[in-house]
Amino acid sequence: MENNEACVSINSAADIVTARQKGRALALELGFDGSDLTLIATAISEVARNIVNHAKSGEIVVSPMNHSNKRGILVVARDEGPGIKDIAKAMQYGYSTNKGLGVGLPGAKWLMDEFDIESKVGKGTTVTMKKWLH
Amino acid sequence: MHVPVLKQGDYLIASVQSVLSDADLVQLRDDLAERVGQFRSRGVIIDVTVLDVIDSFATRTLRAVAHMLKLRGAETVIVGIQPDVAFAMVQLGLTLEGVGTALDLEEGLAYLDRLARKPVKHGK
Repeated sequence: MENNEACVSINSAADIVTARQKGRALALELGFDGSDLTLIATAISEVARNIVNHAKSGEIVVSPMNHSNKRGILVVARDEGPGIKDIAKAMQYGYSTNKGLGVGLPGAKWLMDEFDIESKVGKGTTVTMKKWLH
Repeated sequence: MHVPVLKQGDYLIASVQSVLSDADLVQLRDDLAERVGQFRSRGVIIDVTVLDVIDSFATRTLRAVAHMLKLRGAETVIVGIQPDVAFAMVQLGLTLEGVGTALDLEEGLAYLDRLARKPVKHGK
């Protein structure tokens, strides 16, 4: 049986809650337990907030991953915002361009197993995060 | 969802009932800052038992609430942070530095009793 992927469009801070709830629901379906569910939901919250703060709008897609020997959850956060000039700086803990804590992106990386960010100035940013079932 | 704030003697108890959006958190901050003055409260308990996520924004706002209320003369204690939530906060490197925390409502009240000494009642 194929678990459902979910797509949440992010247009305001209220959508952050929806995105993390959908992510948590899918992760639960996939068999993640308590602390992993919280880590996944928190990571989604951070990348969703990044969209709201920097790009105004975008989307978050959560989907199951089925590989031969492992399963997990894939979270893709995409926006067509201004993009990030200096990714290394953006990934630096405590660095923020908008008076935030500067915790969001580096924090999300710590919470997940795999984290990748691609960004083009003027085009937008895509964050891809994975967490595997152990 | 709006967070109800109850007056309990010299204290205020804000009991979070469901997931909070950023706007709810900001509303809670403003409500508490106003009511501490209105009720001349010495201490505030924020019960976050039901929260399944405390992310960087929530942490920053809770910290701001506690520091604001301190400036208004009230102590704040956050109670009920769940084990999984605490774990995620640690992973994120988030701290509630300078903010009181306690296991649950009961411990929170005991914490405030120790910190926010009861005012001397005059004329009674």
